[in-house]
Amino acid sequence: MADKITVGYTHLSGCTGCTVALADNYAGLLTLLDKYVDLKYMPTLADARHIQQVDVSFVEGSVCINDKLAVEEIKETREKSAIVVALGGCACYGNITRFTRGGQQNQPQHESYLPIGDLIKVDVYIPGCAPTPELIRNVAVMAYLLLKGTKEQKDLATAFLTPLMKLAAKNEACGCDLIVDVINQGLCMGCGSCAASCPVRAITMEYGKPNVERDLCIKCGACSAQCPRGFFNTDVISQYEAINEAIMAALQ
Amino acid sequence: MGAELGNYKSCVSARSTDKELLKHAQDGGIVTQLFAFALEEGIIDGAIVAANKEFAAKYPSKCMQDSSNFDMIEPWRPIPAIVNTKAELLAAAGTKYNISPNVSLLKEATRSFGLDKVGIVGTPCQMQAVRKAQLYPVGMRNVGASIALAVGIFCMENFPYQSILQLVEDHAAMKMESVKKMEIGKGKFWVYGKRGQVVQLPLKITHKYEQPGCHVCLDYVANLADVSTGSVGSPDGWSTVMVRSKIGDSVWGKAMAAGCFETQPIEKVKPGLELVTKLANEKITKNKKTLEGRATFGVGKALRNPYI
Repeated sequence: MADKITVGYTHLSGCTGCTVALADNYAGLLTLLDKYVDLKYMPTLADARHIQQVDVSFVEGSVCINDKLAVEEIKETREKSAIVVALGGCACYGNITRFTRGGQQNQPQHESYLPIGDLIKVDVYIPGCAPTPELIRNVAVMAYLLLKGTKEQKDLATAFLTPLMKLAAKNEACGCDLIVDVINQGLCMGCGSCAASCPVRAITMEYGKPNVERDLCIKCGACSAQCPRGFFNTDVISQYEAINEAIMAALQ
Repeated sequence: MGAELGNYKSCVSARSTDKELLKHAQDGGIVTQLFAFALEEGIIDGAIVAANKEFAAKYPSKCMQDSSNFDMIEPWRPIPAIVNTKAELLAAAGTKYNISPNVSLLKEATRSFGLDKVGIVGTPCQMQAVRKAQLYPVGMRNVGASIALAVGIFCMENFPYQSILQLVEDHAAMKMESVKKMEIGKGKFWVYGKRGQVVQLPLKITHKYEQPGCHVCLDYVANLADVSTGSVGSPDGWSTVMVRSKIGDSVWGKAMAAGCFETQPIEKVKPGLELVTKLANEKITKNKKTLEGRATFGVGKALRNPYI
């Protein structure tokens, strides 16, 4: 179909959890592929694996700079994509690969892993470990509207994606971002979003404020991105009802 | 209608028709009655509420447990909890005037508590958190679609627990465990004792104890809730109710049809929406100034603005 957007999926040093999260949209994924997205290449879910020219590429995993192929792939991804989306904590922030010291079979010399933003310019971040199927879906639909929609839809998609584009300015994340960017800045109001969004239960709410067990934190970036005082684009979120309905209708 | 009250489909002054329930309620018993009805009808299969010490002693497995409350919960410290029955709802009813991180249970409600249709009550900022979790679910997998009813409460500001402790014990000279009810109304902070004593503090005293994060909040009446409610605008014992979303409209309509609430037109009651509008404007104007002040807080350095 001519009005589909072309999408690619580059898989670097990631555990395939992001792939599974994408697939966990179930029927929604099939509708996406049916109506809106032409999936050009993707290990695991498509036959084609080699990087091609696309509108949007999703990248799972961080880049092992001791692996020549990985470095070439991330550079080629950037060169051949209009929009690069860092999918998941590893691509955005390094996540658990930040803890590597090498020495594993069968490539013991692989010890240096970088978030993709350290090597290429990234346009959109989807943090979290794993990222949620719903946010991947929302970003995919918004990317479609941005490239193929009416003027009004383009404006909405831009407004929706802007905070996720701003997240790409920073390649490091940690539970202590909550203290540094929210509490130290006098912004925390004690809702508990951070504690709920932490995939490893590193955050508890003590007297209404987050307490981060930093030994447990895997640096996925979910907590500070979920925090309503991290970013809150009132103009978009106050239209939550209409936007949710439109997305659900699009995936029928 | 100005932007200060958000979008709403209807607004009334209301109170529960359940006399027993009203004995436990802060004002018109709106939140408790609405959740009780929604539980009974299967609109929700559980709700996240702010419970307390007594509730936690009776229903420990329903509470958010962490190292700060595992050994000891102080009187009047709110504990986020899941309720599944009317008895549990009644045990948790009433306003606590300090921070209850209800959103912290939002994912857990759909996991270990196994809820498919979650109700949640919270302040305007917590309703913002709920909607952000639905639209930008970074770490909230399978949560957004499970939120079946979000009830917001009017809120000028909130207090850390230690602030309430100081206000009640140092300023009002009462023991926390002897307090029957707290209330902010008619320009004062009221503390009612179990023996019938009443102490009032001017809000001039309470202001400095407010949580700083509240001073950048631009929402007084929970604009993003399905239904929002608060005492302001309605006579004593009644609450002002604003029905905002399609979900809110549907649930409120069913509850009205079932005779859960008696209502009066908001235009007919004193002080009415005029006071709600005035206070909403006061909050928004004051906090916009705070945000502006933050932009030039240092020398060529700004504090962070969460809205841009």
